[in-house]
Amino acid sequence: MDKNARLKEQIERTSGVNVLKCMRCGKCSGTCPSYDEMEYHPHQFVYMVETGDIEPLLNSQSLYKCLTCFACVDRCPRGVEPAKVIEAVRLMAIRQQGNNHMTPNDVPEALDDDLPQQAIVSAFRRFSK
Amino acid sequence: MQRIGVFVCWCGSNIAATVDVQAVSDALGKEPGVVFSTNYQYMCSQAGQDIIKEAVKEHNLTGIVVCSCSPRMHEATFRKTAASAGINPYMVEIANIREQCSWVHKDKATGTEKAIILGKAAIAKVQLNAPLTPGESPVTKRALVIGGGIAGIQTALDIADAGFEVDIVEKKPTIGGKMAQIDKTFPTLDCAACILTPKMVDVAQNDKIRIFSYSEVEAVSGFVGSFEAKIRRKARYVKEDICTGCGACTEKCPMKKVPNEFNLGMDNRTAIYIPFAQAVPKVATIDPNYCLMLKNGKCGLCSRVCTAGAIDYKQQDEIIEEKYGAIVAATGYNPISLDKFDEFAYNQSPDVITSLEFERLTNAAGPTAGIMLRPSDHEHPHTIVFVQCVGSRCDKCAEKGKEYCSKICCMYTAKHAMLTRDKYPDTEVYVFYIDVRTPGKSFDEFYRRAVEEYGVHYIKGMVGKIVPEGKKLKVQASDLFANKQLHIDADLVVLAAAIEPDKSARSIATMLTASMDTNDFFTEAHPKLRPVESPTAGVFLSGCCQGPKDIPETVAQASAAASKVIGLLSKDKLTGNPCVAHSDEMMCNGCSSCANVCAYGAITYVDKEFRMPDRTTAVRRVAQVNEAVCQGCGACTVACPSGAMDLKGFANKQIMAEVDAICR
Amino acid sequence: MPVNEYKPKIVAFCCNWCSYAGADLAGNNRLNYPAEVKIIRVPCSCRVNPMFILRAFQRGADGVILCGCHPGDCHYISGNYYTRRRMALLFSMLNYLGIEKERTRVEWVSAAEGAKFAETMNSFVAQVAALGENKRLEDLRCKQ
Repeated sequence: MDKNARLKEQIERTSGVNVLKCMRCGKCSGTCPSYDEMEYHPHQFVYMVETGDIEPLLNSQSLYKCLTCFACVDRCPRGVEPAKVIEAVRLMAIRQQGNNHMTPNDVPEALDDDLPQQAIVSAFRRFSK
Repeated sequence: MQRIGVFVCWCGSNIAATVDVQAVSDALGKEPGVVFSTNYQYMCSQAGQDIIKEAVKEHNLTGIVVCSCSPRMHEATFRKTAASAGINPYMVEIANIREQCSWVHKDKATGTEKAIILGKAAIAKVQLNAPLTPGESPVTKRALVIGGGIAGIQTALDIADAGFEVDIVEKKPTIGGKMAQIDKTFPTLDCAACILTPKMVDVAQNDKIRIFSYSEVEAVSGFVGSFEAKIRRKARYVKEDICTGCGACTEKCPMKKVPNEFNLGMDNRTAIYIPFAQAVPKVATIDPNYCLMLKNGKCGLCSRVCTAGAIDYKQQDEIIEEKYGAIVAATGYNPISLDKFDEFAYNQSPDVITSLEFERLTNAAGPTAGIMLRPSDHEHPHTIVFVQCVGSRCDKCAEKGKEYCSKICCMYTAKHAMLTRDKYPDTEVYVFYIDVRTPGKSFDEFYRRAVEEYGVHYIKGMVGKIVPEGKKLKVQASDLFANKQLHIDADLVVLAAAIEPDKSARSIATMLTASMDTNDFFTEAHPKLRPVESPTAGVFLSGCCQGPKDIPETVAQASAAASKVIGLLSKDKLTGNPCVAHSDEMMCNGCSSCANVCAYGAITYVDKEFRMPDRTTAVRRVAQVNEAVCQGCGACTVACPSGAMDLKGFANKQIMAEVDAICR
Repeated sequence: MPVNEYKPKIVAFCCNWCSYAGADLAGNNRLNYPAEVKIIRVPCSCRVNPMFILRAFQRGADGVILCGCHPGDCHYISGNYYTRRRMALLFSMLNYLGIEKERTRVEWVSAAEGAKFAETMNSFVAQVAALGENKRLEDLRCKQ
């Protein structure tokens, strides 16, 4: 099995999503609140996982722009659950050695009076091993 | 002892690939009673049938076993072959070694083994078969059409044209259905009312057709050729035969704030009303939920202005019982409820409407007299967004929406977009699509015209959410080709809602014992070869109750259903199913157990004289089966405590012989 | 594959209008289920006399399944309701006869449910196979 196929299978397994159910309507991207922040958009995540083109996703900052608000999951007419695909790719990225998106050293810098500390804690949990 | 011939079919490679047909015919040839056994490539072909006929002649066969596809497929074929070879057609048994063996098992050894056992079971059964002759039943030469939309109208007209009487039962006060609400029809853009209303008038003037409007079918009993239906004519509090439809009452009625369902609640009507100007029958109906006279006995204005004296506040529902030879279901469709689609704000803003509401909004007889105005503030909209596939093509696990494509939305949306740009060139029209599906004569050309000549913006993508903000609707959507998220400030949003079968279809299907699929569409007897018949004999399907379809297709199907009905009604007698129950009078003790379980009332009791062993006579009460009424379910055979009742063709001994053969 | 692998004998009674058509659909869609299942066509599930089921056990069947139209969808209006009552009664007496109840089942399979038919047969065969051979009621005199 080549590398792309292996990555694809891993993502399908961790996310529990069947990307073949997608009918490519783009409603996930139509509904996404962080669309403009993202290099790859929710529908592209689903499509690129389907074609096995996963490397670019792993290296994209889009992984950390997804708010995991699940609007796409709620509104997807086919029940594809794009947010779960993004979450699976994110997990795959941070599980690679040295790929933590946030280290303990980044936390003090991120602290901000306006930002609830809980948000930083949860971001830290999500973005590192 | 029967002389049995066994014929094993290869069905090309369909059977032969996973079943060793030679081994099967060899093994079955050794069974007791089998005098001839062979195999052939296509038993159902003319050559295959000739093999059977020759074998019958040569080996003097009395019974035939064909190991082939499902009996639901070719049992009739082989019975005909047997009959033409001079054997009673009911001496044929089919062993289903295709659908239930070669297609479901991959291993050739197990497939062959199972095919032999299935063949043995069929041989064991045929050993005990007896020649059967079907009985005959009469045909009532009248048809019932349930639903008075374009499907029901066309079916009724065609049946009446052939000289048979037809009754149309329509639950609304007028026939016409959804087509009467539509403004223009694609792809020709002729006005729906202009082509529909002449047909409605034809129905009204045809002396073979009776219209029971504002009526519902309450119960159906009987079977093909002699159905009996109970029809409830709801009280409309107006004498239908006297009312002239002048409309004086509707002008004077003080109760003017009743939501007008014909315009989908976008304007109001009076409590006494005629749904629309060309209604058939053109008589007034009083809405008992709003009429002041019926609710609290005060008013009576309509009765005073009615010069014909047609108003009757004391009118009661009337039940009509009538016999029919055939029944056509033409119950139609409705757009789905959009309550669960919060993201499209349908329930939050009056300016988010469905396509059917848009039809009324552009219709000259609609709430805005055909001038396109926003429902909220009656201003002219300058930006209109159409959203396709709202609730269609959803996953079956999703809680909302339908799994199927609603088929008509792509075309009517193209029509709406085109007409809007034609009438109001200052309006920007956006259509969000997933796919544009335009199979049909001149359909794709029509859609291309909308894009190329009328400048409608077709955007591949879907609307994610709609938020009403001030006078605008903020539409957020994706444009997949530009890889952009779009934000459009729209004045009006039109949702192409999925269509679903009318809610009444389910109860009607139950009455008719007609089967339905998981979406409540009626199932056809065969999806390709018998598309307008229900599997229930004598019940036919017309229009959207069978599946989503546009007007030309509906009319085609309506005429097809009519031709099937005409074919049935033109027969004087129907040959029945000879596999009916039969009571052995010598064993029957007259206990009534069988009559109690019979759903058709086919069993009666007679007092009969019997010679006893001591040469005296005794009178005993015994069961008798009416073969024309018996449907052959066999419920009585199991209920019979003395074992007197048996089912021809599926006798106790025959089924036990099959059980034995399988377990051997 | 071991030569003497135990294979249960299953008799399936299917009504002509729903379940038999469902079995045909399973075939049309090439959905696999064990070859141990042999189908007997009856006009309606209510045609199945409890005697047939006992006879099957007597002749060495390991399991008997009865398939009919869904309640309310019977082609003969009410036949499957009789089936439901009769079989509830019969099955409640099976333990008394020494046959495990799990060797029997009533299942509603419509003409559109090919997948359900195959699934039902797979699970029923597994269920019966787990119980092993039916020896209690088998009448060896019937064996050749």
